[in-house]
Amino acid sequence: MAELMKTNRRDFLKVAGTAAGGLFIGFYWSGCDSPKMKVLSDEEVLSEAHNFNAFLSISPSGDVVMYSPNPELGQNIMTSFPMVVAEELDADWEKVRVFQANLDNDKYDRQVTGGSGAMPHSWERLRKAGATARHVLVAAAAAKWEVDASECSTEKGQVIHKGSGKKIAYGDLVNDAAQLTAPEEVPLKNYKDFKIIGTPVKNVRNKEMFTGKPLYGLDVYREGMVNAMIQRPPFGMKIKSVDDSAAKNVQGVTDVVVFKNNVAVVGESTWPLMKAKKLLKIEYEPDGTVESSEDHERLFGELMEKGKAQVMRKDGNVDQAFSKAAKVVTAEYQCPFLSHSPMEPMNFFAHVKGDRVELVGPTQTPDRARMETAQLLDIPTENITVEITRLGGGFGRRLRADFVVEAAELSKILDKPVKVTWSREDDQTGGAYRPAVRYKFQAALDENGKMTGYKLRGVGINAGNTTRENNFPSGSVDNLLIESIDHKSPITTNAWRAPITNFLAYAEQSFLDEVAQEAGKDPVELRLELLDRAKKDPVGEIHYDVDRMKTVVETAAEKSNWGKDSNVMQGFSVYFSHRSYVAQVANIEMENNQPVLKKIVAVTDCGIVVNPTGANQQVRGGIVDGMGHAMFTNMTFVNGLPKQTNFDTYRLIRMKEVPEIDVHYIDNGIDPTGLGEPALPPTGGAIANAIYKATGKRLRAQPFIEQKEFSEFNLEIKRV
Amino acid sequence: MANYSLKINGETFNVDVEDDTPLLWVLRDHLGLVGTKYSCGIAQCGACMVHVNGDAVPSCTLPVSSLGSDEVVTIEGLSKDGDHPVQKAWNEIDVAQCGYCQAGQIMAASALLKKNPSPSMAEIEDAMNRNLCRCGTYHKIREAVAYAAKNK
Repeated sequence: MAELMKTNRRDFLKVAGTAAGGLFIGFYWSGCDSPKMKVLSDEEVLSEAHNFNAFLSISPSGDVVMYSPNPELGQNIMTSFPMVVAEELDADWEKVRVFQANLDNDKYDRQVTGGSGAMPHSWERLRKAGATARHVLVAAAAAKWEVDASECSTEKGQVIHKGSGKKIAYGDLVNDAAQLTAPEEVPLKNYKDFKIIGTPVKNVRNKEMFTGKPLYGLDVYREGMVNAMIQRPPFGMKIKSVDDSAAKNVQGVTDVVVFKNNVAVVGESTWPLMKAKKLLKIEYEPDGTVESSEDHERLFGELMEKGKAQVMRKDGNVDQAFSKAAKVVTAEYQCPFLSHSPMEPMNFFAHVKGDRVELVGPTQTPDRARMETAQLLDIPTENITVEITRLGGGFGRRLRADFVVEAAELSKILDKPVKVTWSREDDQTGGAYRPAVRYKFQAALDENGKMTGYKLRGVGINAGNTTRENNFPSGSVDNLLIESIDHKSPITTNAWRAPITNFLAYAEQSFLDEVAQEAGKDPVELRLELLDRAKKDPVGEIHYDVDRMKTVVETAAEKSNWGKDSNVMQGFSVYFSHRSYVAQVANIEMENNQPVLKKIVAVTDCGIVVNPTGANQQVRGGIVDGMGHAMFTNMTFVNGLPKQTNFDTYRLIRMKEVPEIDVHYIDNGIDPTGLGEPALPPTGGAIANAIYKATGKRLRAQPFIEQKEFSEFNLEIKRV
Repeated sequence: MANYSLKINGETFNVDVEDDTPLLWVLRDHLGLVGTKYSCGIAQCGACMVHVNGDAVPSCTLPVSSLGSDEVVTIEGLSKDGDHPVQKAWNEIDVAQCGYCQAGQIMAASALLKKNPSPSMAEIEDAMNRNLCRCGTYHKIREAVAYAAKNK
């Protein structure tokens, strides 16, 4: 059955008559899989191409041009978005070329990479972009052949008339089709008929990446451009004095500029700037409070005990449930600050020319970059262009615009085009970190081990709401209290891949393991009992779908042979985030009396899997990310200055530290939900619970390797 | 400032730079070979790896003055049209996510395979453990190196 839907006016009407050229960064299409045909240059294709909508142009040569509006940071959106358009268009994928679109609020909604939201947000509009174009191409063919459009079908870039056996390529129809008006409603395919979606399609930028083409912000070099590096102040500090005499003497340094609390060194190339920055003698003084990690430890204790909390959710009578309880389980969990540390440090190019600004670089939020630049320089947004380069990772750091705005400000001061490059040390110390959080959990159990009460109190440092009050286990417990306290700190924090849930999930899923242990229940059984309760008789509002969650729990138990092999010590974890559901089981085997982490089994329900290759990367990558930071990574502060300033002390996970990861999906035909983040949150809990099973040691803080309990055994990690 | 004559990707380049300038910045800022990436600057991550006389070395801590007549190969010079077996494997296995570390990974892998054409998985891991990938593509990197060893 085909679905019917209404067209979106932003995508389809505003762009009528818009030329195709000039809207993209001129990257190269790899073309390496299609050597058979004569390959036209991008310029040749674009000069002839007819624009069907904001996403799609087709040239008479049959080449299909797709514009990818969202910033690409490795989530593979530049491949998966065009796949969706091509599916409904019935395009020949070999003839598809993809271009990164610039920021364009008239043409596109939500040019943002964040919240795992791109595919859920754009799924229908992308399908419609392909389907409406297909519709007019069919209409053009039918008119040409003087047959009814209903007698025509499409396949791989051609319209086919069954009765006569006639075929015509899309390229031969575009001139006629461009004269036709697309209808308001178009039928979309049933997901079972998909030919491109659901197949492993290679990254459209593979060749540029493996041959070292300039793709990233740091690779931007422009005529007349100067380079700059900036020394930024410790958190909570301001500049008292600057002695730049030694820095200015470095060969290759042309300017030293002090603006706000920043000191910029400027020159033609990067290396002299790195040297000069180290020679700056800057004296800072406190600008309000200055904090160290010791202060945060103290604050966690004080605020947990007597801080004024915001009640996020309250069900039933919690005090009564705890006073009547046969057993109360209590535990505290804590997670440190983390830097985002994308492999490409922050950087941006800016050129302020009078009342016009050109911005080029890696940003997850081009619109925010433009708005903040407009506000700072008092220049109208329509005078500011933003070209989005490929991003060498983001993890949430590039949702902010601090690194864009400072480049624009410096360009204005210097009256020159400038690229500001952050050193790794700048990136680590001038971060916007994952907030540090401490949680206290309490569960009231009755004499049968049923959880009758649940309390969660979170204390965060610039964390906002530290809880997800309408997530599981809310809805499954009669008496429940969820509270949150936020300490305002000069240390800047920001969304970090799977915000809040990246540590809440670990803490909660470890605590539920403790509850299962105390209740004498199997951890999977406990979760299923709670979910059954939430299904039959839900308490209050819940934001998760109980059936979808239950299905991933049951499937993970099945795929991991949960509890079937006494030699395998297993830890269970399940979490709902960004509209998707992921259950994970970590397997530890004992070898020579030592625990060896061998495998993580993951079952994901993200609805329809658009590109299995990209999906596997997101799931495995999310697990590696979640595991690495849970196990190894710490960020501490002394007087507003981070101590771990580079990868020698800020420990990121390496190849030898990853186990085998076994990935499964639920095939349910539901429209795609998020996938860039949801696989990360459950991992820390699954590993901590497996370690408990294997060693009896409960790891209640991250990073695991720095906990006293961890030093009492020797965990090995092996790939099978 | 001093003049250096460098052998890079089979060609000779002359640059006038300070003698402590790391090869990385000579490549990127002076020669426009930006495929070699800056990430940590202290030889901890491998994003800047190039071949020097066939060995994979981090270029971010390698002063230009130490090169002499050494032969340097960067990602741009690894093959003519991206058809080195390791590059083909990277495409076949579809390794990259953000891609930023991948040039360094490929240079490390191609240096390994030149010395040891049929490495065991343990040898692959020993050679590749120096290279960080923040996206966590480690499983695919292992797979691609093994694939390249088999499909030369």
